[in-house]
Amino acid sequence: MRNMLSTSDLSRSSAMGILDIAEDMADISTREVKKLPTLRGQTVANLFFEDSTRTRISFEAAAKRLSADVITFSTRGSSVSKGEGLKDTAQTLAEMGADAVVIRHGASGAPHILASSGWIDAAVINAGDGTHEHPTQALLDAFTIRRRLHGRASRGKALDGVSVLIVGDIVHSRVARSNVWLLTTLGANVCLVAPPSLVPVDLSRWPVTVEFDLDHAIAECAPDVIMMLRIQVERMDAAYFPSAREYSTSWGLNDERFARLPPDSIVMHPGPLNRGLEISSLAADSVRSAVREQVANGVSVRMAVLYGVLTGERKGDA
Amino acid sequence: MRTVLQQLDIAKALTRISHEVIEANRGVDALIILGIPTRGAVLAQRIAATIDRIGYRDGSTPPATEVGSLDVTMYRDDLSRNVTRTPARTTLPSNIDDRTVVLVDDVLCSGRTIRAALDALGDIGRPRVVRLAVLVNRGHRELPIRADYVGKNLPTSTDERISVHLAEIDGDDCVTISSERGVT
Repeated sequence: MRNMLSTSDLSRSSAMGILDIAEDMADISTREVKKLPTLRGQTVANLFFEDSTRTRISFEAAAKRLSADVITFSTRGSSVSKGEGLKDTAQTLAEMGADAVVIRHGASGAPHILASSGWIDAAVINAGDGTHEHPTQALLDAFTIRRRLHGRASRGKALDGVSVLIVGDIVHSRVARSNVWLLTTLGANVCLVAPPSLVPVDLSRWPVTVEFDLDHAIAECAPDVIMMLRIQVERMDAAYFPSAREYSTSWGLNDERFARLPPDSIVMHPGPLNRGLEISSLAADSVRSAVREQVANGVSVRMAVLYGVLTGERKGDA
Repeated sequence: MRTVLQQLDIAKALTRISHEVIEANRGVDALIILGIPTRGAVLAQRIAATIDRIGYRDGSTPPATEVGSLDVTMYRDDLSRNVTRTPARTTLPSNIDDRTVVLVDDVLCSGRTIRAALDALGDIGRPRVVRLAVLVNRGHRELPIRADYVGKNLPTSTDERISVHLAEIDGDDCVTISSERGVT
């Protein structure tokens, strides 16, 4: 594995490979010495053109647990505010000896450009690009589902037949896109639920079903997993729904809907939570909620991805 | 390809190693047998089972010898030289602090795997003693490491290849030696 850019080009076997390595990494975090010497002497540059708390900290923790050095770069207070472009910023980091670049960018495809332009030699990991993909989030979601379903016996298991509802702002969500590709590759049945204004125009090539009515979808699918997406106020420059209250009433996971979910279903949310809008506090804080596990598992999964891109011979392997 | 150890030879070697482990440890107290995956872990299971069989002559039923596996992938020094390795699982039967840990591997060659294993042990705890048992000891050491218990010493040249087959993984028990030049 040379780069980690998207989940749509990830094969079932390589996805399972990453999840299994993440299991080993999760075992490490239960030890007294939570550190491995694996990436000693390598440098991971976090290049964040968009705000982020958990993804940036999660990558930083993952790199440090593998003994890599971490350079963190965020646009605020950097030369980007003086007008420096992606190419020059990336090359500056590469000259400082970065072996891997973790990039979050507001433009879809920015990590792809970095990986394919030949500007830098470093491995590129996509930490969220525009409304395109967020592959490590999808991997940690799959990892979390697998651990909830199979516990300690998760290794080697896929998600065949697991029914997943993804609810909310599909059109702006890179988390939804990455999850659609990864979860269906692993054998899950994915159903998207959203107001029609928040569903992408052409879904004919997506391996999913689409519902507009959340209550109907819950009754119909009896979901094993319900994944609530954040309403992305910063990406909404037009009115996609009449009011926050109306959205919450029709598509939010409120207390009453939460009570109607199958008793062993898993509630997930990529964070940050808009409590009271897309998810109620009762649902977010219940034992069925995996929100906090998602954060913990994020570190293990990102360790596995860093291990994958930074070890092995750096040639011929696309 | 030449077979150098048959099933019976392997069984005898493991029995002898088990006796030596008990003798050096003056009994079976505080022993933990840790195999290095994949085949070392299988050998560790067999040695632990043999120790259980021979360790108590007085007819009492003792607690079974503690056995586990220790994956060293993350501690290797050749990770950037080979294709990405898939790690195996580490299972520890209990805390290794102040215990006698016997590491088990199938073939001892450069010694780099054992170096990685010692580093891995250091991150898990502080054993009282660490010993090393190997089924086959071939030469070509690159580090100052030696085995305490050896099933068979096989002086080889660098272009020869040793393959250890174990019934649990490969369906049969044998150790073969082949020349890489011969296999084209």
